[in-house]
Amino acid sequence: MDIEKVEKVVKKKRAKFPEKLIQEIAEAAERHDLDDKELDELVKEIKRAYIRSEVESGEAVGTVAAQSVGEPGTQMTMRTFHYAGVAELNVTLGLPRLIEIVDARKKISTPTMAIYFDEDHAADEEFVRTIANRIGKITFNDILKDFNVNYASMNMSVEIDEEQVKEKRLDYDEVLAKIEKAFKSVEINNNLLSFEPKITDPKHAIRELRLLADKVRDLQISGIKNIGKVVIRKEGQEWVIHTEGSNLGAVLKMDGVDRVRTTTNDIHEVEKVLGIEAARNSIIHEAQTTMEEQGLTVDVRHIMLVADMMTADGIVKSIGRHGISGEKASVLARASFEETGKHLLRASIRGEVDHLTGIIENIIIGQPIPLGTGSVGVIMKEK
Amino acid sequence: MVKKDILKHELVPDHVVLSKSDVKKVLKKLDIHPEQLPKIKADDPVVKAIEAKPGDILKITRKSQTAGKFETYRLVLD
Repeated sequence: MDIEKVEKVVKKKRAKFPEKLIQEIAEAAERHDLDDKELDELVKEIKRAYIRSEVESGEAVGTVAAQSVGEPGTQMTMRTFHYAGVAELNVTLGLPRLIEIVDARKKISTPTMAIYFDEDHAADEEFVRTIANRIGKITFNDILKDFNVNYASMNMSVEIDEEQVKEKRLDYDEVLAKIEKAFKSVEINNNLLSFEPKITDPKHAIRELRLLADKVRDLQISGIKNIGKVVIRKEGQEWVIHTEGSNLGAVLKMDGVDRVRTTTNDIHEVEKVLGIEAARNSIIHEAQTTMEEQGLTVDVRHIMLVADMMTADGIVKSIGRHGISGEKASVLARASFEETGKHLLRASIRGEVDHLTGIIENIIIGQPIPLGTGSVGVIMKEK
Repeated sequence: MVKKDILKHELVPDHVVLSKSDVKKVLKKLDIHPEQLPKIKADDPVVKAIEAKPGDILKITRKSQTAGKFETYRLVLD
């Protein structure tokens, strides 16, 4: 049965169903071969069930969400260091990860990216490997064949491993240009390089030579800022790069990268590059996959509510003292959560007024709370 | 990357600036003031990409796991 027909019936019954429900009705009608009268009856019954199952005004959805996420949280492993997929990449999972998400940490412990490629390049292993080497961090040390520090003549000689350069798909001339730019005193003779330290104080000559040796070795030849190791994996028909560290903005600028599916697990970075709505989606996705990975299922609506609250003001805010709970309008509500003394003292200095509109304030002073049946009042008609 | 490219990303839902008459309709339907809507910063990448101005109200059509499609609104902050 086509969806338009169902939509018409739904409209006739004056029901407001979400898109997905209409689709499901259409599928069910198709499956059971319903005629028009039966469809009418079905929509009528569904409308009744739908209205009955809607959340009522005054329902404490926040408390229900907190309990629904919190209880499975107690069953999560306190400390999990899991190696997802390949044994090479370490990703924080379990309770530590969930805490990281709701705390909206600026620096998460294991940022990681999944980089996909567009249609033309997804199956091209050579292209993906070239990009991987442009993204992943390669230091000068990785492409050396020989490294000698000569303390007698106070210099060092370095031999570049041309095979490594080729293997890593680097451009030889570019590598040399980078080295020349970083070290002015370098002498290049084919693939033999010699460095001499600038000695300002002869007493510390040896130390300066050693410092220079470390600097030469640590010189970054290739890679994007904040990204360390990369792992290339074949997933189905296409090649995917997974990274340690994350820099969504820079990676999305690269040619051949799929600008639709490439993501990071760093919510603040998503917010910065793709905006607040993307951050909201990212919070939902990260929280849900973290729970699911532990074998726990939480209704996504609860997580959506958390994400909605965290992003309601246009920036990603944490749940808790420094975020949502710490910004409540009521003094008593804030004082009853954490840092009681601080809030009461500040409120008294500033002369804050508590309008007693929330739950906690009214419990404290012993009044009916504005929740459920307590959220309605009586107004008299003026006459 | 062109500024508009981010609009195609799977994490980014559709953002549309509402016209004056639509704004009135929406506010009346929801029975609220614009300040009661969720906010979006004026320097949000998407706001810049669709060139919305502070004070505009954006209609955001999210893909929802539960409803299929869901419409919500955000007020562009000053």
